[in-house]
Amino acid sequence: MNALNRRDVVASLLERRDGLLVVAGLGAPAWDCTAAGDHPLTFPLWGAMGSACMIGLGLALAQPKRRVLVVTGDGEMLMGMGSLATIGLQKPPNLSIVVLDNEAYGETGGQTSHTSATADLVGVARACGIGDSRAISTLTEVETFAKAVHDVSVGPRFANVKIASANLERILPSRDGTYIVNRIRGDLGFQPI
Amino acid sequence: MPRKTSKTHSADAIDWPAAIHSALKSQRVRQVSYVPDAGHKRLIELCHADKGMTAVPLTTEEEGIGLAAGAWLGGERAALLMQSSGVGNCANVLTLAATCGFPLLMLVTMRGETGERNPWQVPMGQATPEALRLAGVCTLRLERAEDASAVANTAAKVAFEEQSAVALLISQQLIGVKSFEEKR
Repeated sequence: MNALNRRDVVASLLERRDGLLVVAGLGAPAWDCTAAGDHPLTFPLWGAMGSACMIGLGLALAQPKRRVLVVTGDGEMLMGMGSLATIGLQKPPNLSIVVLDNEAYGETGGQTSHTSATADLVGVARACGIGDSRAISTLTEVETFAKAVHDVSVGPRFANVKIASANLERILPSRDGTYIVNRIRGDLGFQPI
Repeated sequence: MPRKTSKTHSADAIDWPAAIHSALKSQRVRQVSYVPDAGHKRLIELCHADKGMTAVPLTTEEEGIGLAAGAWLGGERAALLMQSSGVGNCANVLTLAATCGFPLLMLVTMRGETGERNPWQVPMGQATPEALRLAGVCTLRLERAEDASAVANTAAKVAFEEQSAVALLISQQLIGVKSFEEKR
C-alpha cells in the first residue's frame, strides 16, 4: 500500500486558506502545518494533548462566519475521543477535523497506536453524530475534502487520512504561547487587554 | 427515617445560582461548558435557557479547558462548570492557561467537605485547592448565598480583565449534602 506523504496531505489542505483558522495537534501535525507555511491564523499545540478538537470547537462557536480546521494525529485524537461526542452534539457547521493517521506515536519512538489494529476513528466520529465522516487514502480525496472544508452548509465533518509512518524533518512553529495567541487574536481584530 | 438534603436557611432564601448566572451575563460570557453536577443543576438550566449563551455538555472536564482556549482565540469568553472531582481530570491541560495566558473561569462545586457521606469523594475534594494552585490557577471561595453575586463578579473580573486562570470553589455547605437516602 502506498500510504500518503503527510506533508503532501497538509499542503493540499492548506493550499487555499482564504481566512481558514487552523488548530494543529501536537507533534508531527504541528510540524506539518508549519512546513506548509507559518501563518498568523494557525494555533499549534506544544502540549495539552487531547485538546485539539475542543480548541477547534471553541473557536468555531466563537467565529461562526469563519471555517475552522483541526489537523491532528491518531494518538492525539485517541486521547480526546470524547470530544467527538461533544462536537457531534453541538454540530458546528464550520468545523472540520482531519486526523493524519500513521497508526503510531511517531514523536515517542514509533510505538503502534490503537488504529493500527482495532480502533476505527471514522466509525467513532460517525457514531458520535458527525454524519460526514470519511476514510481517505488518496490525494484526490484530500483535495475534495479541502474544498468541502469551505462549505459551511453541511458540517461538521471528519476525515481520517492514512499516511506513511516516516518521521520527517521537524519544521517548528513558535513555542511562545502568548505570542501565538495574540497573533491570532490580533489578526481577528481583538486587542490585548 | 430518610434524611433530607441539608441546606442552610439562606441558601433556600437566596437564588445564588441565578446570581452567578447574572455575573456571567454581565461579564459577557458566551460559552458555558459543563460536566453535570447536582450542585450546578439550576445554573446549568439557566445557561441552557439563555439565548445569549451556548451551553456545551462535556464528556470530561478537560474538554472545557480546550473549549475555553478556543473561545478566547476567537474573541469570546467561556466559563467551565464542574464538581471538584473534575479538577483532577484537568491537570495536564491546564498547561494551556499557564503557558498561553488564556483567561479561564472555573466554577467548582465542592465535595469531600463538611458532611460528605461518600468517602470516595474526599481525597480529590481535599486536594482540589492545592491541585489548582500547583497548576497555576488561583482560587476564590463562595461560602454564603448572599455573597454569590459579589464573589462571582470578582472571579469573572480576575479571569477576563486580568487575563488569569481562576477557580471559584463553591462550598459543600452551600450546595447541600447528598445523603444517598433521598427518595427517588
